Amino acid sequence: MRYDLFISGFGGQGALLAGTVLSYAAIVEGKNVSYLPSYGPEKRGGAAMCTVVITDGDVGSPVIGKPSAAIFLNQISLDKYGSKIKPGGICIINSSLVDSTAFNRPDVETILVPMNDIAMQLGDPRIANMVALGAYASKSGAIEITSFEAALKEALPERNHKFIPANILAIEAGFKLGRGSSSLAAPEVIAQN
Amino acid sequence: MEKRLFVRGNEAVCLGAIEAGCRHYFGYPITPQNDIPEFMSRELPRIDGVFIQAESEIAAINMVMGAAATGNRAMTSSSSPGISLKMEAISFMACMELPCLIVNISRSGPGLGGIDASQGDYFQAVKAGGHGGYHILVLAPSSIQEMYDLTMLAFDLSEIYRIPAMILGDAVVGQMKEPLIPHPRPDTELPEKTWALRGKGDGEQRIIKSLYLGDGELEAQNWKLHSKYQALKDNETRWEEFETATASLLVTAFGSAARIAKTAVMMAREEGLKVGLLRPITLFPFPAEAYAAATQQCKKVLDIELNTGQMLEDVKLSVTRDTDVFFYGRPSGTGSLPTPEELLEQIRRHCS
Repeated sequence: MRYDLFISGFGGQGALLAGTVLSYAAIVEGKNVSYLPSYGPEKRGGAAMCTVVITDGDVGSPVIGKPSAAIFLNQISLDKYGSKIKPGGICIINSSLVDSTAFNRPDVETILVPMNDIAMQLGDPRIANMVALGAYASKSGAIEITSFEAALKEALPERNHKFIPANILAIEAGFKLGRGSSSLAAPEVIAQN
Repeated sequence: MEKRLFVRGNEAVCLGAIEAGCRHYFGYPITPQNDIPEFMSRELPRIDGVFIQAESEIAAINMVMGAAATGNRAMTSSSSPGISLKMEAISFMACMELPCLIVNISRSGPGLGGIDASQGDYFQAVKAGGHGGYHILVLAPSSIQEMYDLTMLAFDLSEIYRIPAMILGDAVVGQMKEPLIPHPRPDTELPEKTWALRGKGDGEQRIIKSLYLGDGELEAQNWKLHSKYQALKDNETRWEEFETATASLLVTAFGSAARIAKTAVMMAREEGLKVGLLRPITLFPFPAEAYAAATQQCKKVLDIELNTGQMLEDVKLSVTRDTDVFFYGRPSGTGSLPTPEELLEQIRRHCS
């Protein structure tokens, strides 16, 4: 199988780290992967994007015109790139920060995940990106959730390994949400809990 | 399973260079290749190597010249405008026949340009960017594994042929991360450096120079260089073919563009279009024979580049006489790279 994912947000939200962790998880599973970050005069608060391709075969192009899945961490990203998703694809939106009422893509499966709220509930707003990753893993089936712990060990420097359990909790929360949410209502119910 | 690293292309170049025995790096910062000096500044001192951030690109390449003249494996890296600054010294080293590695993680131009991926430096790399009509060896990796492998190859060929070598990449192959399987440097038989300067001693005098004043000396040196280029063309061309045997349209692209083109070719094959891909790995020497062979049967070629048509000239010189060569490309600066879908559209046009 071949999977590709586009992740976009503000610099500092962890779009690039999410892509990196996902790539390591693919490597853990013995798959081929490419990780292409956007490259420009980026800074905290600026735009941060990356594209990840996961496949058993030849990756081919690391540049994807119409991604089959996308994670939008902030409003600008959805407004700017929401139209790029391939028909039939998956759109994962950070509903804590993004108003998606104007997003009109009935041809893609849209999942609203209150990433920041869930991360806050888990005690750290910085792990919102991992919630997104969990939701993607369950929706796409690209990666086994069990691969993320080893991936985090590879992706993070040793001094940050103490944060791995919190990141795993966030991934698991996102994973459960993704599995339960075939409609738009489901994630909001969970958010209220 | 073999251990797979997950590194940027720029880091893969460094790992390849260190594995190849390079212990001398001289450079000056410029985006999008700064991972290279960053890596080398950290790693080279740990293995008794030399890292110098020079006062300018020009100083850095002249330090490479000095280190190379003493027979040491030496390298520099920069990006397009910085490479332009190095051109005088590269011309000198071409004449002096000094092996070394120059890495160009190129950006768009001309002038200061932008930092997005571009293949605008093909002419500069392949057609002698400096004066005097010389050539250097130019290798164009299209994956992170190749950034590693071709860096090692560049050092070896550079020594075997006594010629400066260049890795020509861009922000895609420089910044992208992919799995890399590291391996020991190949056991290549390398000539003894009977030319390398070793200080005043009892041995025979050795001179490395680019000034030939004697009657006929410079002409002789030029003929010597010419025969070196001919030997490279005869022995060292490298390329990759994908689905070319049954193709009625041959797509050709190098480096990062070839990656995008390969997916477009796969998509076209799924639609039943008879398309293949020819990817030159050596840009100098250009694999002319591969184009000549492929266009014995296939009479249509579509050249794709991240510029307005540069390799196109070499493709046209290499195909059989009755082959039509088409071009698709755009210069960077639009903020986006061509997508596989965009290239597929071009392929469809030429297949109908």
